[in-house]
Amino acid sequence: MQKIKTFPKGGVHPPEHKLSAGRPIEVLPPGGRVVVPVVQHIGAPAEPVVQRGDEVKVGQLLAKSSGYVSANVHSPVSGKVFRIDKRFDASGYKRTSVIIDVEGDDWLPEIDRSETLVREITAAREEILARIQEAGIVGMGGATFPSHVKLNVPRGKKAELLIINGVECEPYLTADHRLMLERGEELLVGTRILMKALGVDRAVIGIENNKPDAIEHLSRLTAAEEGITVQPLKVKYPQGGEKQLIKAVTGREVPSGGLPIDVGVVVHNVGTTVAAYEAVQKNKPLIERVVTVTGKSLAKPSNFLVRIGTPISALVDAAGGLPDDTGKVVLGGPMMGKAVARLDIPVTKGISGVLLIPDAEAHRRPYQACIRCARCVSVCPMGLEPYLLMDLGVHERFERARDERVMDCIECGSCSYICPADRPLLDYIRLDKLRVGEMIRKAKQAVK
Amino acid sequence: MKEKQATMDKLLTVSMSPHVHHRDTTSRLMYGVVIALLPAWAASVWFFGWGALYIPLLSVFFAVLFEYLIARFLLKREPSVRDGSAVVTGLLLAFTLPVNIPVWILAIGVFVAIGVGKMSFGGLGTNPFNPALVGRVFLFISFPVQMTSWPLPKGFATADAVTGATPLGLLKEGMRQGEHVADMMKELPANLDMFMGHMPGSMGEVAAAALLLGFLYLLWKRIITWHIPVTIFVTVFLFSGLLWLIDPVNNATPWFHLLSGGLMLGAIFMATDYVTSPMTHRGMIWYGVGIGLLTVIIRRWGAYPEGVQFAILIMNAFVPLINLYVKPKRFGEVKKNG
Amino acid sequence: MSDIVLYTVLTLTLLGALSAVILYFVARKFHVEEDPRIDQVEEVLPHANCGGCGYPGCRPFAEACVKADSLDDLYCPVGGNDVMAKVAEILGLEAVTAEPRVAVIRCQGSFEHRPRTSRYEGAESCAVAHALYTGDTDCPYGCLGLGDCVRACDFEALFMDEKTGLPYVIDENCVACGACVEACPRDIIELRKRNKKDRKIYVACINEEKGGVARQYCDVACIGCSKCFQVCEFDAITMGNNLAFIDSDACKLCRKCVVVCPTHSILEINFPPRKERKKDDQPAAKKVTAAKEKKAIGKNGETQEGERSEEKKEG
Repeated sequence: MQKIKTFPKGGVHPPEHKLSAGRPIEVLPPGGRVVVPVVQHIGAPAEPVVQRGDEVKVGQLLAKSSGYVSANVHSPVSGKVFRIDKRFDASGYKRTSVIIDVEGDDWLPEIDRSETLVREITAAREEILARIQEAGIVGMGGATFPSHVKLNVPRGKKAELLIINGVECEPYLTADHRLMLERGEELLVGTRILMKALGVDRAVIGIENNKPDAIEHLSRLTAAEEGITVQPLKVKYPQGGEKQLIKAVTGREVPSGGLPIDVGVVVHNVGTTVAAYEAVQKNKPLIERVVTVTGKSLAKPSNFLVRIGTPISALVDAAGGLPDDTGKVVLGGPMMGKAVARLDIPVTKGISGVLLIPDAEAHRRPYQACIRCARCVSVCPMGLEPYLLMDLGVHERFERARDERVMDCIECGSCSYICPADRPLLDYIRLDKLRVGEMIRKAKQAVK
Repeated sequence: MKEKQATMDKLLTVSMSPHVHHRDTTSRLMYGVVIALLPAWAASVWFFGWGALYIPLLSVFFAVLFEYLIARFLLKREPSVRDGSAVVTGLLLAFTLPVNIPVWILAIGVFVAIGVGKMSFGGLGTNPFNPALVGRVFLFISFPVQMTSWPLPKGFATADAVTGATPLGLLKEGMRQGEHVADMMKELPANLDMFMGHMPGSMGEVAAAALLLGFLYLLWKRIITWHIPVTIFVTVFLFSGLLWLIDPVNNATPWFHLLSGGLMLGAIFMATDYVTSPMTHRGMIWYGVGIGLLTVIIRRWGAYPEGVQFAILIMNAFVPLINLYVKPKRFGEVKKNG
Repeated sequence: MSDIVLYTVLTLTLLGALSAVILYFVARKFHVEEDPRIDQVEEVLPHANCGGCGYPGCRPFAEACVKADSLDDLYCPVGGNDVMAKVAEILGLEAVTAEPRVAVIRCQGSFEHRPRTSRYEGAESCAVAHALYTGDTDCPYGCLGLGDCVRACDFEALFMDEKTGLPYVIDENCVACGACVEACPRDIIELRKRNKKDRKIYVACINEEKGGVARQYCDVACIGCSKCFQVCEFDAITMGNNLAFIDSDACKLCRKCVVVCPTHSILEINFPPRKERKKDDQPAAKKVTAAKEKKAIGKNGETQEGERSEEKKEG
């Protein structure tokens, strides 16, 4: 076992509340109707290739990737396409989705549904990349970046290390924890597959110290594996942020405006890695994922394996029903998750948790003037000055905000979390990033 | 699907992340400072009697009252006295005054501290100068006699002499009259006495031990960081130590400088005021060095016996500049070549 | 003692004189030659520095005018035709005229017409809420009611009515500078042609979803039924994306479209009341006075069925 590492700058310690850590993954069978958005990833929306009335099987292509930075979307169920329409999804707006009435559970024959572990990796590097792309694999830690793009190392750069992100630093979330405990073997084969795709011979699995059973289990499994090690990490949010993870594991800092590959590293989430295993070894596209359903008032905080497109309400019902005192529904964890106004939103590739916050904790306090306590500065993991960035946002001084490196912000929320005056720092920082992003885009176009 | 509402008729709340908050609020921090001041308050009551109990209470009362009135009637906005910052200002100002201060002078001082030092700039968070020190310096300059007759603490007072000068005051006076510091040191309270509070001075500044206890509390509760006070202590110690080594005849020992006057109170409680101190740790170190140097310079060569109050106010003026130029180390700083 | 005074006076006088000489030469050396006409043009401009002309202030606009060959692309909306005529005169160019315009809020989704489906908490900023979700109603196109437009206005021509949750324009003050149009993240505000007596007819909705869908969350949404399009004799109405749009330059204010709109989505403002009583059950309109509007606290309710009359501001 290795020495515990951490990242030196910033960070906060929200209470962990890992209520569902001890609950094994339960399979939630699909039922009724599923709503599958065609954009569940960063990049161009996929284009539907089915139409109303079509019969589809599990794993069948519903929407085709429409560019390099895009991803395929596959059917998570078998049944008939009810219609293709705009429906509310996690973005807060309505987006084009394929709505399917579920009939039975027929899978495409080429998908290997057996539970046996396929250890040997027969696919060559190009085939691995092709299968991962074909399967619509995207970053399942929440960022949903198309994985094949990340694995295709651009010319001039070299990958030296693969880091598997098993940190799960967000409070309440335990999906990755359970995956590491229950699908550890598949995780390791998946890691090998990704190593082969990248052409690296070293991989490190980073796990926060509040999951000693996962650390122990994977350490045992990796003892026999050459090149793969487990790195325990100090419990500190946002250890799971890829820049902080890279810094803790390797000591290197991803340069401002750069990518992890600039320091020779590629990071993949645990869920993504298992999905990669299934894609390459079992021909299974990304059609389901583990979601933690949790909350202080919830009867049975659980971890469910659900099909993409299942409405959130179904998960909440399976976990004991919506508590009467629910004030906020958050998709993801409490630090970076997205609050939603309705429960008919479908599970998509990037949703790792559903958190039901009781009304007593669901409201912001009215905010006061900045008291210049500088806590936001000391907790910012990127070395920014959130109090200043908020002020610049309020006064619409976006050029200065750009100069103060607002685009480096990873939106972890540590600043808003710690501010004693309850100032909505991240709200305005996000506004800054929006406007500065527009500025940068306009400037690029002007140059062309 | 018309199921927009979650439960019964309650609407869900939507906001940007994060959806959870640390338990600290402004008032929690302010009251933490008050708690840190309790040992010093207790010590001052022990040394100076009941006056040291009710003068600070009166000061707090005036501070809260003036802030409320100014906010409500002059600025016409919601008074924010609940955040506890007026309480801290009132308390700290009182601690810099002699226990025999007439109440009317105290009231004027609090009015200047709150009204001019804080509210005239826009209230909490907007003032450039430490409000308690603004009030204190105003009183010091306007009422020099009442502000420099220091009641002697228990054990010093005799039938003839109830008030006297502080150790620094005696030192400055002696230096003016051409005496050698080295000789005077024998007349002045010993280091241990000053540490324990056995010396004339303002209510809050005497007991270094009690103040250091408060410092530890503030650190433990993470209300302040070590940077400003430690930097000030180290700078004062090293600079005065250097002077003393070069010329022990005309310079007091570094221990004397550390323990005398308002240095402890100023370094731990005044210089660390959030609003008027720098926003980065590196900036705080520059700030602390400046205060330390200025304090010793004023004490040694300036017209006044005590330099801390002026040193802090002067460095307060530099804080916006420090904040502009001293930025935190950015993650992933790209070093430009050439 | 008098020595000190003498020396002090002499020293300061010398310093003053020296500084004056240095300043004189520096001013001469760094003097920028400018066309004197720039000053002349700037003189006649309104000095609002609002940016409505597209330039960052009145002086840059004056510079642009002086540099230009023709005033075709240059117009000061605050000064209007009068000011542009003066500018043309100074520069010996042809005067430009434009139809005066006024800002119009194309959303009627008040609390009453568009029920709230969630509670928004956070920065009081439409831009922030827009980035987060549809807003506290389900309409992705509707007004968010957080006041970015009101804050953007330099002329006190906009205020937020807290009773309805919508912004209102004070016609007298609006100079059509475009700041509110820019500020609204949903492009709800449009600069439309200003008519006599501030009369307006416009579709107070920009929802592009199918009628049935839009109607689910707002009962005064435009459902794209085309009835208005069919009845318009002046070809002022176009249909597109389930939405009707009335071209304010072509519209002759005949009011026929207002009557036929089944959802009362088209508003007619500042018209005399019709002789016949409209057959619906909504109560008569309440008046909103401009003077009270300025306080930005809703003291008067929104008028029903789109009929609104605004009395001229006193004083």
